[in-house]
Amino acid sequence: MNFNNVSKRIEKIKFALLSPDEIRKMSQIRVITPDTYDDDGYPIERGLMDLHMGVIEPGLKCATCGGKVDECPGHFGHIELAMPVVHIGFIKEIKSMLDSSCKECGRIKLTDDEINNYRIQIEAMDFSTTDPEIIDMTLKKILEMAAQRSICPHCNAESPKVILDKPTTFREGGIKITPKEIRERLERIPDDDLLFFGIDKASARPEWMILTVLPVPPIDVRPSITLETGERSEDDLTHKLVDIIRISQRLRESRDNGSPQLIIEDLWDLLQYHITTYFDNQTAGIPPARHRSGRALKTLVQRLKGKEGRFRANLSGKRVNFSSRSVISPEPFLSMNEVGIPEIAARELTVPVLINSFNIDKMKEWIKRGTDPRTEDGKYLAGVNYLIRPDGRRIKLTDQNAEINSERIDLGWTVERQMTEGDIVLFNRQPSLHRMSMMAHTVRVLSGMTFRFNLSDCTPYNADFDGDEMNLHVIQSEESRAEARIIMKVQEQIMSPRFGGPIIGAIHDHITSLFLLTHNNPLLSEDDAIHTVSYIEFDKLPEPVIKDGKKYYHGRDIFSLILPKGLNVKFKSHLCAGSKDDKCEYENDPADTYVVITDGKLLHGTIDDEAVGPFSGIIVDKIFRKMGPQAASKFIDNVTRLAVGYLSHRGFSTGIKDYDIPKEAISRIQEISNETLDKIEKLVAAFRSGQLQPLPGRSIEDTLEVEILSATGGVRDESGKIASQYLGLNDPSVIMARSGARAKMLNIAEVAGMVGQQSVRGGRLNRGYANRTLPHFKENDLGAYARGFIKSSYRAGLNPTEYFFHSIGGREGLVDIAVRTSRSGYMQRRLINAFEDLKVDEKRRVEDTIGSVVQFKYGEDGIDPTRSDEGKTVDVDYVAYDEFGDEQ
Amino acid sequence: MSKFNVLEHEIVPEHHLVPVEEEESVLGKLNVTKDDLPKIGINDPTIKALEEIHGKLEPGRIIKIVRKSPTAGYYEYYRVIVKSVI
Ligand SMILES: [Mg+2]
Ligand SMILES: [Zn+2]
Ligand SMILES: [Zn+2]
Repeated sequence: MNFNNVSKRIEKIKFALLSPDEIRKMSQIRVITPDTYDDDGYPIERGLMDLHMGVIEPGLKCATCGGKVDECPGHFGHIELAMPVVHIGFIKEIKSMLDSSCKECGRIKLTDDEINNYRIQIEAMDFSTTDPEIIDMTLKKILEMAAQRSICPHCNAESPKVILDKPTTFREGGIKITPKEIRERLERIPDDDLLFFGIDKASARPEWMILTVLPVPPIDVRPSITLETGERSEDDLTHKLVDIIRISQRLRESRDNGSPQLIIEDLWDLLQYHITTYFDNQTAGIPPARHRSGRALKTLVQRLKGKEGRFRANLSGKRVNFSSRSVISPEPFLSMNEVGIPEIAARELTVPVLINSFNIDKMKEWIKRGTDPRTEDGKYLAGVNYLIRPDGRRIKLTDQNAEINSERIDLGWTVERQMTEGDIVLFNRQPSLHRMSMMAHTVRVLSGMTFRFNLSDCTPYNADFDGDEMNLHVIQSEESRAEARIIMKVQEQIMSPRFGGPIIGAIHDHITSLFLLTHNNPLLSEDDAIHTVSYIEFDKLPEPVIKDGKKYYHGRDIFSLILPKGLNVKFKSHLCAGSKDDKCEYENDPADTYVVITDGKLLHGTIDDEAVGPFSGIIVDKIFRKMGPQAASKFIDNVTRLAVGYLSHRGFSTGIKDYDIPKEAISRIQEISNETLDKIEKLVAAFRSGQLQPLPGRSIEDTLEVEILSATGGVRDESGKIASQYLGLNDPSVIMARSGARAKMLNIAEVAGMVGQQSVRGGRLNRGYANRTLPHFKENDLGAYARGFIKSSYRAGLNPTEYFFHSIGGREGLVDIAVRTSRSGYMQRRLINAFEDLKVDEKRRVEDTIGSVVQFKYGEDGIDPTRSDEGKTVDVDYVAYDEFGDEQ
Repeated sequence: MSKFNVLEHEIVPEHHLVPVEEEESVLGKLNVTKDDLPKIGINDPTIKALEEIHGKLEPGRIIKIVRKSPTAGYYEYYRVIVKSVI
């Protein structure tokens, strides 16, 4: 194999026009009949399905090359048009030539001196290296000058202005110029003047932009399909060609038997319409041609353009085999490196096994099992679906032929066996926005119909289980299996290249559980402790605490079981993140402000989002750095199991009663909300009387809004504080918020205290009805209630106007998301297309496919961002701590 | 008022002309041919500014750009002057 081979470099691309003669020359048959097949289903001679243009039916032979269905590549035919027609793709060029050339003599309307000067200027430009935009601009300037001139400097003839009546009609002084006339004018432009129009005289003539002959594409390009009913259905292109031939025929007849000019013109326009839509059925200014069913036809441009076009749907992306898709659901007892797949999928998806002397006996055994084997107790066993002979022929294995076929295989055969535990597969959730959207998992075959995985993998996939579906691909080659194991396996993707920290970690209840297990270091009875640790693998139980002759175990000691030996860390927990002076208000023992782990033993602090969550996950981060992916994945697996084990045993629930606060708190909130309303009233009064002092750089109106917004923001926070005074860490919702498992304290304040001011684009609500938000309010009412202030809490419930305002505020968020995703999606596409073939070589140099350097060192520092410490090369402070502890 | 010089703007990194006699050693150090170097257009404002100092510059000359990098301290980048960048 040659690895350093640049196969070919494109030296140049040349664009030219097909002349009518060339079209005739490449054509194998002149098509004259608009029909396709006769009553017996045989292609009509000189019809659109003439055998000269290729064969699509087995049994027939191509009349041109004699090839059968698979052998004949298809051949062009042609249609002689009764009258010339404008080619929709060259409208701009035709317009520019009509504008800048003389209608009488065909010369460009420049004086001889100008022609000489500009010719020198243009010929000085090297067309192969000069920026095409510069060439374009130069030519445009010259052509514009010529177009401005109405009298021809060569023959003194006057050329009136030509107007393009979109899409295809040209008019001169209101009178239509027929395509025939246009063609005659273009014919008069001398070869030597073509340079100014950007045309290479060796490759094209302008009159070829007016069609007199139309190529008919090979049948292979527009095959007809036979429905189950035996009815034949023609391709859209064939439909369009039928229209073109039919109208061309009628036009020829009308012209030859001297029909009235009006009828001829109508038919001519119709022919123009059909040919225009044959090229592009979305041409602006004309109705798209439709199928009998009302569906717009898919013609040439539509075949290529856009997401469903040839490039994006068939060349940049393709459909694949050996893949499956299903709904996903959670399974905490799977490792984060595993994926559970349904039996039905495991039996359908196969892995090719090339038979060699080491595996032949085993595979013979597997073939004998047939297609649906099970153990005696009904457990899944992998069978075999296909055998592939060395000559490439496939043999479908059935339970009947399994016995015989097991003896047929030999070295060089390939056996397509079903999935078995431990196979490596790629697992993917769309939209695939980063590389962790597609990771390699090892297979576990499970009963049920869904794909299952560990909950810590939800974050990188951005998945939840409200009906999400995911795709799975079975890898087909040994090399790719090795690459997937080494590069793509989930444990290799724990560190995100986006921020140089772990993106995989415990979520939701798992964080709650570890919080409860470690906060204030609770004592667990022997029974509880043993139940909890039964979910994990560990060496031996920690030292018990004896109380009243009974054994108890500390929560932190149990958590320490899953920490690897040799791990040293010290950091502030999420719970204590806001605390100052090393004294955390939520911890009984001030020493617990910091989580302290020494040699894999949790000594102080509370384990929460900061310790094990995705994005922060300091413990995960440190384990990964010091002990590698294997240890980190083992830790995460154990976190899931331990958390589920403890929480499901202890019990944890949440409900509306989490937000119950005493009467005095409610009335206190009412009080401060009334104070604020008074304050706002006063502000509005001051504004109306002109007494309000404007803030620097703001109008009085703005000042009023700013003051009111800060007042309403103030009460919301204040009421939240009052509410949370009564909601402590024994409250499940507060536990979830303070540990970082789910929601923020702000959300709790909204439920128990007050929802507060609603806003659109950062300001109070002000649109809707004339000078008011809703008809319930007086015009120009600037009061709190009239502009979207919600004094109620979610728990108390919103009144109708509050509810309406809340919906307005909520809508903004939804619109925002919709706009953002579509925009960032397109941004992503452009970036991917720009970067897709850059690579980093052994010397960490970034180059493109032809070896041009983009960066001399990847990222300017040569650092792999996944191995960086939040972007920094190395965290010296931590290295020192790990080595020497607190005393530096 | 003195003429505006892009090179003195705070967000424009340092641009230096590499002397012809040093070109070979620079290319050797980077292990590239001139063709594979990143490019800079002859009409780039920084080239115009360098021409004020060094006189007319021809395509093919190498420019050394020294950028500040948050992770690598300073980073040396090289570009070759071309007639136009596509
Ligand atoms: Mg979902
Ligand atoms: Zn053929
Ligand atoms: Zn003339």
